[in-house]
Amino acid sequence: QFYACEMVLEEEGIYGDVSCDEWAFSLLPLDVDLLSMELPEFFRDYFLEGDQRWINTVAQALHLLSTLYGPFPNCYGIGRCAKMSHELWRNLEEEEDSETKGRKPEIGHVFLLDRDVDFVTALCSQVVYEGLVDDTFRIKCGSVDFGPEVTSSDKSLKVLLNAEDKVFHEIRNEHFSNVFGFLSQKARNLQAQYDRRRGMDIKQMKNFVSQELKGLKQEHRLLSLHIGACESIMKKKTKQDFQELIKTEHALLEGFSIRDSTSYIEEHIDRQVSPIESLRLMCLLSITENGLIPKDYRSLKTQYLQSYGPEHLLTFSNLRRAGLLTEQAPGDTLTAVESKVSKLVTDKAAGKITDAFSSLAKRSNFRAISKKLNLIPRVDGEYDLKVPRDMAYVFSGAYVPLSCRVIEQVLERRSWQGLEEVLRLLNCSELAFTGGTKDDRAPSESLRLILVVFLGGCTFSEISALRFLGREKGFRFIFLTTAVTNSARLMEAMSEVKA
Amino acid sequence: MDPSSKLTYWLESAPLWKYELYSMDWDLKEELRDCLVAAAPYGGPIALLRNPWRKEKAASVRPVLDIYSASGMPLASLLWKSGPVVSLGWSAEEELLCVQEDGVVLVYGLHGDFRRHFSMGNEVLQNRVLDARIFHTEFGSGVAILTGAHRFTLSANVGDLKLRRMPEVPGLQSAPSCWTTLCQDRVAHILLAVGPDLYLLDHATCSTVTPPGLAPGVSSFLQMAVSFTYRHLALFTDTGYIWMGTASLKEKLCEFNCNIRAPPKQMVWCSRPRSKERAVVVAWEKRLMVVGDAPESIQFVLDEDSYLVPELDGVRIFSRSTHEFLHEVPVASEEIFKIASMAPGALLLEAQKEYEKESQKADEYLREIQELGQLTQAVQQCIEAAGHEHRPDMQKSLLRAASFGKCFLDRFPPDGFVRMCQDLRVLNAIRDFHIGIPLTYSQYKQLTIQVLLDRLVLRRLYPLAIQICEYLRLPEVQGVSRILAHWACYKVQQKDVSDEDVARAINQKLGDTPGVSYSDIAARAYGCGRTELAIKLLEYEPRSGEQVPLLLKMKRSKLALSKAIESGDTDLVFTVLLHLKNELNRGDFFMTLRNQPMALSLYRQFCKHQELETLKDLYNQDDNHQELGSFHIRASYAAEERIEGRVAALQTAADAFYKAKNEFAAKATEDQMRLLRLQRRLEDELGGQFLDLSLHDTVTTLILGGHNKRAEQLARDFRIPDKRLCWLKLTALADLEDWEELEKFSKSKKSPIGYLPFVEICMKQHNKYEAKKYASRVGPEQKVKALLLVGDVAQAADVAIERRNEAELSLVLSHCTGATDGATADKIQRARAQAQKK
Repeated sequence: QFYACEMVLEEEGIYGDVSCDEWAFSLLPLDVDLLSMELPEFFRDYFLEGDQRWINTVAQALHLLSTLYGPFPNCYGIGRCAKMSHELWRNLEEEEDSETKGRKPEIGHVFLLDRDVDFVTALCSQVVYEGLVDDTFRIKCGSVDFGPEVTSSDKSLKVLLNAEDKVFHEIRNEHFSNVFGFLSQKARNLQAQYDRRRGMDIKQMKNFVSQELKGLKQEHRLLSLHIGACESIMKKKTKQDFQELIKTEHALLEGFSIRDSTSYIEEHIDRQVSPIESLRLMCLLSITENGLIPKDYRSLKTQYLQSYGPEHLLTFSNLRRAGLLTEQAPGDTLTAVESKVSKLVTDKAAGKITDAFSSLAKRSNFRAISKKLNLIPRVDGEYDLKVPRDMAYVFSGAYVPLSCRVIEQVLERRSWQGLEEVLRLLNCSELAFTGGTKDDRAPSESLRLILVVFLGGCTFSEISALRFLGREKGFRFIFLTTAVTNSARLMEAMSEVKA
Repeated sequence: MDPSSKLTYWLESAPLWKYELYSMDWDLKEELRDCLVAAAPYGGPIALLRNPWRKEKAASVRPVLDIYSASGMPLASLLWKSGPVVSLGWSAEEELLCVQEDGVVLVYGLHGDFRRHFSMGNEVLQNRVLDARIFHTEFGSGVAILTGAHRFTLSANVGDLKLRRMPEVPGLQSAPSCWTTLCQDRVAHILLAVGPDLYLLDHATCSTVTPPGLAPGVSSFLQMAVSFTYRHLALFTDTGYIWMGTASLKEKLCEFNCNIRAPPKQMVWCSRPRSKERAVVVAWEKRLMVVGDAPESIQFVLDEDSYLVPELDGVRIFSRSTHEFLHEVPVASEEIFKIASMAPGALLLEAQKEYEKESQKADEYLREIQELGQLTQAVQQCIEAAGHEHRPDMQKSLLRAASFGKCFLDRFPPDGFVRMCQDLRVLNAIRDFHIGIPLTYSQYKQLTIQVLLDRLVLRRLYPLAIQICEYLRLPEVQGVSRILAHWACYKVQQKDVSDEDVARAINQKLGDTPGVSYSDIAARAYGCGRTELAIKLLEYEPRSGEQVPLLLKMKRSKLALSKAIESGDTDLVFTVLLHLKNELNRGDFFMTLRNQPMALSLYRQFCKHQELETLKDLYNQDDNHQELGSFHIRASYAAEERIEGRVAALQTAADAFYKAKNEFAAKATEDQMRLLRLQRRLEDELGGQFLDLSLHDTVTTLILGGHNKRAEQLARDFRIPDKRLCWLKLTALADLEDWEELEKFSKSKKSPIGYLPFVEICMKQHNKYEAKKYASRVGPEQKVKALLLVGDVAQAADVAIERRNEAELSLVLSHCTGATDGATADKIQRARAQAQKK
């Protein structure tokens, strides 16, 4: 309800002339398994400004889903926002129970995850097709604008990307290196089907034209579009630069030759390649290394300011607040102000709201987590991207997305038990929870439908990885995210730009 | 004889029943005739006000207003302290309306609690009230007033007061001999009699009307009566003649001459809805007469002073000692109880009686009904007749008969029987002496159970109301919850009980009953001035959206704030914040915020969009120099336009950063100040656009503009690292395609970034010639790459072989295309083979 709005309207003296309607804009189905709340501002508002106004919206969305699909027998979550959303949602459920009670649950498990649990995955360059398309062309609300260079005409074309698109559906989760081969195979098949009409008699021909031709034509159109997109991506990404970029990223993830990576980043900045990319690499370095060493921290920032303008001083302040780009420092980094505030924060209500400050003191411990969860698969020979073995394929076999690994582990154990150490390293010891209606446990075991809620956005790579996991383990994942994001969007959300 | 048994009287062929409802044991101090009396319909309460103002000189003692239930149980008694009252009446909501002489109407509740008052207008105030009537329409209850100037003013609904002054009756000199309100086509009219003439007043006009078939010789009308449903009208003339007809005065129904010329005290209709029979009850001091479409009337002698109350289906007559009900016998009852009746219901009742006596006659009766195929009808008659009985034993025997008859019927729908049993239970319960609501079955059906429950609640008979709800299995939200909420609202008004006790008692009773709004109860408590209790009650309110606004209203803003925060509903928090902002002074407001981080961050967000200055104050208050610095930085490019202003903003920012011990940011800010000034100077001296460029871009622009010296100077001033400068120059010069200068630059000193970038950048500009120049200077590590870039595969192969680097060999091999490089490929393969041999 718009109490505040009503009050403002009243103060302005126009309350009577205005009629207020609430548009419960909570869920936008982008695909058969992807629901988005289309709240890109969630990330900045919550993780930077500590503004909790969207949490209510998330709780409402969960409530809506539970009225549609019955109660959630098992809930897991990690992160402060996840915890608060869950609590709020429980309250909503209690307020108006009656309806869902006694309904058979359809969704077996619900998993809530805060984006700040895993920034690393979101910061990596994506190499599965859908992720690449997003990184390159930006998918907006499930549709993308392919420019003239893709459509090979002088117009750009808006295309819906979802499971309806047969061609896209088959390649979306593939590593990019496979896509081209797949597309050419597809093209050959298509040709063969066209060729069948030779040697047809009139009746068969009639059949062909009335039934198959339309489908073939459609497929043909889509195929040429995706081939165009691939070419365009290839042009941009297969250059030496991109490979070096990926190499550096992998080095950062694995934690070797840090000096080389640092100078690569420095060069990247010096050459003014891209403000967003440079920032992304700096953040990746900071998180994987538990903060930059003070010397690098200063010099990289100086370089960055010189390259991209002084207003980014504020960007750095934002990144520091969000814990994305920090300085390695012995002991406590809390500044005077924050410690003062946290001293004042004593009562219960305030206790759950110190996130903005706690993230400052938070260390990412990525290296330790990576070891604990075996995020960097040991490579014995070549990683076969055509027949992936694990979720690491979404990053060319170099890294298993942390978020997805956590989900996998919890689903395996059906609780957080045994993951205490990981939680401690993630600074989430108190922010992980399990809940749900435990009474009818037996049937819930058989429910293979899992709802994963990303608070602060998720990337297509994560979606692909979990889809892969689902195929392997016989689950079906549904994703609910505040918005689909990628590294560039994250960085832009944190950037200060001149108006 | 049992006083509660009924007596049957015959108005020609139409039977009437009269039976005692209650024997009244009210302790009346006054005679009824000395009082203003008002009795509400539907078995409602009775109000009595001894009328001292009727006498010539006002009595010195104040009169007492007493309110009794229909059974004479005292409900309230209060000393009348206001002005002289002309008329009393009950509204449909059972509120007592007391019309004073000055036109003010005082409204009291059932328990004598003063509710409100309203005035009937200036004209009434000036001319005083001569007479007043309370009447009921489908919109509610209305008041009609006859003023001293013989004008009428009325309001059709006291809930939504709209005064209407009726037109004047031409030539009216004296007060009308009698008058009444009529309600036709949803509009209230007034019918008045002056001498032999009748006038009908509506909103705009005054018309003369003549009742059709009126006996001649009438010189004055003494009394008139409208039926309960406004359908019929009776006129009593000075010749002792009674005219009965439709209220529209279009049709005469019957007439009667009673030969009594004395003006009757009261005259009311006694008829059932949809009945063909008409009967009017006329009351004089000592005599009661029932007249109708019959040559003879029924007459009663009144031992006591009595008062008539018209009801939907009869007339209630109460006096000092008794309360009786006179009504026309319903059809079903008449059929059954008529002497020697052969109606199926009567036979069934008889059969059942015989059956109980174990006589075989039962079978005979039953057979008789069955032979005529009237058993269904018989059962229905018995059920219906049971409804109209007021004595439980009669109800039982009729129902028993119905139940008996039912056994011989297949597929008789049971719900009619069940519902009647339930209804009778409810009716018997409320007719009880202690409750005192003598509703008949027809009245009960007209009133509906909802209204009945409301009336029980009004009488504070909460347990009974709840029992009825539970018995009838009404949905909780409509039934029990609603009653409990009313109970709680009443409970909070009990000032002698402590807040804790009341809150606990309410919570114990209500628990989590659905549909109960604790906030409504709390609002009531607050209305009674019990803020603390209201807060305690709000604790039980699960919906924060309901808690917060009330807390704000009670000026418990800080509590409201923490409640809003607990709820997690940010919109609520904003509401409280905006409220607090206006309520508290700035300092207090900020202090409150400091203790509520969530509210603080919300307010910051709000300020970022709405009030930047407040944001600054907020940071100042917190000594948050870091944010303060950021704030000024933002101001330096967002708010300020002039260069001086921008520099000043940056200076403030730098100071703030120093205070925040953020040396880096402070230094960076100072650099920016320097850069800004410098850019300004460059613009002045060189023209072009420099402001707002980054340092890097500034230098690039200078080089592109050919100001190499200045560029160098700037690079030195700002200590641009060599590597950056190198990249920068390289890019800028290549963009300019100034190959000469580039070469000069490459030779000026050793490149800190190696020479591979030179090759790359030349190739980017498609200048192979220049690229080759640099390729030779590339260090051995990157030589292969450089050579491949310029397309010299053969030489690349040589270098790779020399360096014996497997990776490089593969790289070269992958660049070998077609026949041209065939030889090279072979060479590499050979070298590889050799390497493996070793």
